[in-house]
Amino acid sequence: MPSLKDLRNRIASVKATQKITKAMQMVAAAKLRRAQEAAEAARPYSQRMAAVLANIASNVDGDDAPVLMSGTGKDDVHLLIVCTSERGLCGGFNAQIARLARDHARRLVADGKTVKIITVGKKGADILRRDLGKNIIDHVNLREVKQVGFVNADEIGHKIIGLYNEGAFDVATLFYSEFKSVIAQIPTAQQLIPASSIGDAEPESAGDAVYEYEPDPAAILGDLIPRNISVQVFRALLENAASEQGARMSAMDNATRNAGDMINKLTMSYNRQRQAQITKELIEIISGAEAL
Amino acid sequence: MAEAFQFELVSPERLLLSEQVIEVVVPGTEGYMTVMAHHAPLMATVKPGVVTVKTADGKPDSYVVFGGFVDVTPDGCTLLAESAVHVTDIKADELQRRIQDAKEDFEDATTREERAKAEDLLGQLTTLEEAIKAV
Repeated sequence: MPSLKDLRNRIASVKATQKITKAMQMVAAAKLRRAQEAAEAARPYSQRMAAVLANIASNVDGDDAPVLMSGTGKDDVHLLIVCTSERGLCGGFNAQIARLARDHARRLVADGKTVKIITVGKKGADILRRDLGKNIIDHVNLREVKQVGFVNADEIGHKIIGLYNEGAFDVATLFYSEFKSVIAQIPTAQQLIPASSIGDAEPESAGDAVYEYEPDPAAILGDLIPRNISVQVFRALLENAASEQGARMSAMDNATRNAGDMINKLTMSYNRQRQAQITKELIEIISGAEAL
Repeated sequence: MAEAFQFELVSPERLLLSEQVIEVVVPGTEGYMTVMAHHAPLMATVKPGVVTVKTADGKPDSYVVFGGFVDVTPDGCTLLAESAVHVTDIKADELQRRIQDAKEDFEDATTREERAKAEDLLGQLTTLEEAIKAV
């Protein structure tokens, strides 16, 4: 049975922890709002990009399509780009993304394919290094980046395209967490190369008029597709940033509530013990008086 | 009074401008061009340069863009810039950094194509620097 002093100390320590988790929750809430705004602001660009790509893709014959879109025709080597956060204490956020990526990698390996992994963010790298360490070919550090900018995404995009042009892989898949709401973030896998999704969006109609291209459509497409990869990565990073803060917010909310419960329980046993001691002292005094 | 049309300038980070304008001067890869209402549908790549817009109330305004592409449809004109800032917000060191990058690319280029591409970019950036100084 812990002494009264021990209990007092425990209560004080849990209270301090609760203050920290409460503060972290509020910080996460503020950051979440900013991350959501950033994701919101980036939406017009990717929407228009999708529309323009669909439009132009419908004007380019399959044979002229750049290799980034049509693929190499093989699927022997897979590249997984796993985006996670740099910091922990955000519930199952990183573990969920890593699990999705790991399951995917295991399936591919079982099918006899080669798997290469690029990790973005420290936490995912830490988790994946344990059993897929030899497959990790590169790591992107975003530790110093406060607010992900297009520059960061562009860097990753160029890295991917560089590897592709060297023939280092055939299929690239991007892993990130899609932000649905504060309590729901869905780990998602999205195929980047070959860009199968292009052409799904409804092309903007130009009426009856014929589109002019300057330079020719194939050249524009060749310029657009690498850019589109950067845009997709950027979108994933923004979604991830919002999801991370959302996950952290609910994790910290839980932690604050748990700390509250714990304080209640501890206070209860503290009071009970205090009462027991008072009773004991009273009994001692009374029995002492009776003995006289 | 010339007819106005919808113009949007979008960078990956945000929507910079969405307004009714009379004319837009766009730095196309194959030369500057002016887009006005009822322009034929067009899609073109954009080189680093200055975009000048004349809004519906006749005020001129300029933005610096670093590459991208422009899409002209019957309903309006959209410029998807890789990076765009208002001309008054451009920082000299940012431009210098890009020029430096381009120079390095040029020196590192191994194939003739890459070399030509880097040289083009370098030329465009230098022209842009002069253009901004003139503003």
